[in-house]
Amino acid sequence: MRREAAGAAVRGGLALLGLALLPWVLGGDFYVNLASQVLIYALLALSLNLLIGAAGLTSLGHAAYLGIAAYAAAWLTGNAGFGALPAALAALAIGTASAAVFGVLALRASGLGFLMITLALGQIVWGVAYRWVSLTGGDNGIRLADRPAVLGFDLGTPVAFYYFAAAVFALAFLFLRRLALSPLGACLRGTKEQPRRMAMLGHHVWMLRWIAFVLAGFWGSVAGLLYLYYHKFVSPQALSLQQSAEALLMVLLGGSSTLAGPVVGAAVITLVKNLVSSYVDRWLTLLGVIFVAVVVFMPQGIVPGLAGLLRRLRALRPERAGAAPPRAAAGHEAAP
Amino acid sequence: MASDAAALSLSGVDSFYGDSHVLHGVGFALRPGRLLALLGRNGAGKTTCLATIMGFLRPRRGEIRLYGERISGLSPEAICRRGVGLVPQGRRVFRSLTVRENLAVAARGRGPWTVERVFELFPRLRERHGQLAGSLSGGEQQMLAIGRALMGNPRVLLMDEPSEGLAPQIVAEVGRIIGRLNAEGLSIVLVEQNVKMTLGLAHDVVIINTGAVVFEGPVEEARRDEARLAQHLGVF
Repeated sequence: MRREAAGAAVRGGLALLGLALLPWVLGGDFYVNLASQVLIYALLALSLNLLIGAAGLTSLGHAAYLGIAAYAAAWLTGNAGFGALPAALAALAIGTASAAVFGVLALRASGLGFLMITLALGQIVWGVAYRWVSLTGGDNGIRLADRPAVLGFDLGTPVAFYYFAAAVFALAFLFLRRLALSPLGACLRGTKEQPRRMAMLGHHVWMLRWIAFVLAGFWGSVAGLLYLYYHKFVSPQALSLQQSAEALLMVLLGGSSTLAGPVVGAAVITLVKNLVSSYVDRWLTLLGVIFVAVVVFMPQGIVPGLAGLLRRLRALRPERAGAAPPRAAAGHEAAP
Repeated sequence: MASDAAALSLSGVDSFYGDSHVLHGVGFALRPGRLLALLGRNGAGKTTCLATIMGFLRPRRGEIRLYGERISGLSPEAICRRGVGLVPQGRRVFRSLTVRENLAVAARGRGPWTVERVFELFPRLRERHGQLAGSLSGGEQQMLAIGRALMGNPRVLLMDEPSEGLAPQIVAEVGRIIGRLNAEGLSIVLVEQNVKMTLGLAHDVVIINTGAVVFEGPVEEARRDEARLAQHLGVF
């Protein structure tokens, strides 16, 4: 157990070091901005994975919280004269409250019914953003005058914004990892696997799922704030069905059973969309091929698929004389 | 028969699966600290009886009481919180959770049962505490299912065929554990196909046939009436 904790601490330290050194490794502003985008979408995918990976609830309307928080912060700052911090806090509260209400509606069903209700709710929010022009600016969206300064640090430069996004992402990742390893995380996975058994053990399954829904909405709203600060603009595209579907694909591509999966999925899709598309005209075809290949060869996603491949390769290696027997299937990387 | 002094009592319980009438006026009482064996052939209604007690099926008629408090009509989680634990048929452990997590999610209420105490009862679970439950052997999964039910600190424990599919050596171990739990004062309803093991553990016996109680009495009386056992259980 202690060895596993030490291993996790080392991996976490290396990941933080990697995040810190990335701007130097990448060099140009274009790549640093790309890294910021990856972090924003990775956070959105991680928040969605709280529903999919942990609670077993597949949502097709998760971009709604990103959009609601982004719209709320932009409107409060630009139209209501709020300062950046009160606007951000209010936007998070509005996004989370929306998730609380939508959760009550969506959790009346599970499986396909849940998927369709979240899709419908997401489309309603998109419709409001698109048609209520006096509030949202309609198709023109709302512009943010400038990125806010956080604790006196100007986020105007790509590198400064990257570090801000990386700090928020790291905080979210640690929170979600802690949640995954907590009794609540175990309970959520229990409701995913056997809801009836969880009821038999005295748990209110609906309440557990609603808590997951609200937490997912909160972190989706945090991603929305980062989205707004990065683009300095929000339009109906931010909460469109395409955005929700992409977030879902990020989770499925990377693998919903691990925390790293949605991050990897977000990185692949964002890089193909923004980087590979500069070199390959048929980048959408390429993305499709990647999806098909992953579905065929790694149906559980890239991260669990690669982990399984590594295990098989290790098993193929000739056993060393006197080598210790393989460890029992312990210490899995918990899903959120 | 029902009694207010009983740990668990059913009286005149009728349960249905849709339009199919499964339990017909079932009634029996489990007295505190006793072990009641609920016997019957396959399809007799034993598991349905436990599902009805746990609230998965709502009885259309009759009532179920736990230490005098009516629990029929409550949700499964409410019934669990009032002190009824179930070891389900087929173990049904959470395969994607570790052994320790399986126990932790079931922790409920103040009482003697903690993860440490379950590990004392089943030392093999302590050795496998970080292992995914899906990778345990059948016997270990059964121990985990029993430990998980105990973590809720139940006042009454329902056990649905805990020896099913286990090697004889493990069946004997499970039998010893059930006897020990009962000796410590836990009231138990045991549903079993293994009649010999059950009669060796039980104080009272209830036999169900086609959804109705055909015998209720002390185990000695059941043992004496081999013809009845053979008639309703087919084996003895």
